Amino acid sequence: MLDLSTSIAGIKLKNPTILSSGILGTSPELIKRAFENNAGAATIKSIGPKPRDGNNNPTVIDFGHGLLNAVGLPSPGYKNMDMEFNELSKIKEPVIWSIYGNSIEDFVEITKYILKYKPKMIELNISCPNKENGMLFSQDKECAADVTRKVKQVAKDSLVVPKLSPNVSNIAEIAYACEKAGADAITAINTLQGMVINIDAKRPVLHYKKGGISGPAIRPVAVRCVYEIYEKVSIPIIGTGGIMNGRDAVEIIQAGASAVGIGSAVYYHGIGVFGSIINEIKEWMQENNHDSIKELIGIAHE
Amino acid sequence: MNKMEKQKIHKKLTIKQIVDENYKTKTFFFNEDIDINPGQFIMLWLPSVDEKPFSLSYKKPAAVTVELKGSFTKELFNLKQGDNLFYRGPFGNGFTVYSKKAIVVAGGMGLAGVSLLVESLKNPMVIFGVKQKKDLFFKNRFDMDICTDDNSIGYKGLATEKLKQLLEEEKYDVIYACGPEIMMKTVFDLAEKHKIKCEASLERFMRCGIGVCGSCACGNKLVCRDGPVFGSDDLREMKDFGIYAKLKSGKKASLQEYHKWRG
Repeated sequence: MLDLSTSIAGIKLKNPTILSSGILGTSPELIKRAFENNAGAATIKSIGPKPRDGNNNPTVIDFGHGLLNAVGLPSPGYKNMDMEFNELSKIKEPVIWSIYGNSIEDFVEITKYILKYKPKMIELNISCPNKENGMLFSQDKECAADVTRKVKQVAKDSLVVPKLSPNVSNIAEIAYACEKAGADAITAINTLQGMVINIDAKRPVLHYKKGGISGPAIRPVAVRCVYEIYEKVSIPIIGTGGIMNGRDAVEIIQAGASAVGIGSAVYYHGIGVFGSIINEIKEWMQENNHDSIKELIGIAHE
Repeated sequence: MNKMEKQKIHKKLTIKQIVDENYKTKTFFFNEDIDINPGQFIMLWLPSVDEKPFSLSYKKPAAVTVELKGSFTKELFNLKQGDNLFYRGPFGNGFTVYSKKAIVVAGGMGLAGVSLLVESLKNPMVIFGVKQKKDLFFKNRFDMDICTDDNSIGYKGLATEKLKQLLEEEKYDVIYACGPEIMMKTVFDLAEKHKIKCEASLERFMRCGIGVCGSCACGNKLVCRDGPVFGSDDLREMKDFGIYAKLKSGKKASLQEYHKWRG
């Protein structure tokens, strides 16, 4: 019997696939749909401190080797989402509550507010490149540690998981600082900064001009980052970035991820991608005589 | 699912001809054909302005029929023959073209969204509802039962009242709807009552157009990728249909509030 279950700091996932933040997670109904399609956990679209419209279009494009996006963190604002929060809190499977803020106080305030809905896990989006100061907290280890520490102080039983940016010179150092500050796990990576220009229009394609690259193009970057973080920290890692199929998932798990974020693959293969990735992982495990996902975590380091 | 080649990177279009349809509506004909199924959409991009979804009102050559409404359409209306704009697509799932006895119910600009459908169907009954006579367009293009809210021409009353009358008189196999959501909800309810299959083309504030950002969520469906055309089985399950829609921030609002924002 193959055991696909994994856990993140005590939270059990029936399989290692997690719907990444920013993909579909705008409503409880869509989160439920991810679970109906076998996701092991699902992350909601980042909740912000105030109502925010995000950027004008184009906000997401397929540039041929991945997606480039600058949606710009639209959010109703945490005070306008009780109806959604209430629905989310009724979901039995692990829901990851992603939050963002312009200041440490924002992160703390949102955390305090959502605690009444008993989120199992809070992901700190300190790494969005598509907003002024969006990456501020993940580009400096002191800042990343500070926001983690202050949220952790008020988070009670909820796990605190900072999501890190690859747009830094030493991601492992930042992960280590977060661990010391009390992070329960690390999500890596957020998107890489990029730009695509439409040469016929003679303009950057995205309205925001710059954006975040996700999808197949960034998988080696994600694998490298997870590998480096795994060497430096002992808390679990949610490995995210360009995972398209079961082999990609096994690869990032071997690099050190305890679970695997799935985002752009939903664009390429539809929401059924969770099921197909799980089947492909099972096939690979069978062919290679592995009974348990857990024994594969970080195996590439041995 | 559509097997046509999608244009993923924005491609240049040149405006070949602009036709005034009425006091607030123009048709922009482009320099090329776009292979598209009735009910699918393209994303039209005006660099440095915005990018919005549109259905095609003609495909050979491709054309969009647009009502002057917000900042995007204002910029579009400033364009002249020979000017360029950009598109990607087609995206989404269109109408199922049944070779059966069909009624098409279009409300206002919804007629542009079903133009290719009407041309694909065999002698469909078309009901076109508008507020007032001056909102009409495509009068000479299609044979339609026109309804006006202010009784200025045609059937005096709502398109859905006309539909109700027709359904009591004769048996139909399928009803298609495109227009204000309140109208489509009533059409769907009538179709359910008469046990007739229904397909409706939904509208939500859309961003990515390709099924990732979740801006256009309606219940657990994405209008851009699962729709924009939904059949009876989906419409029955979509809790937000006829009730809620998301604003640009993602805030869930009543349809009334949503339409107030959309204008």
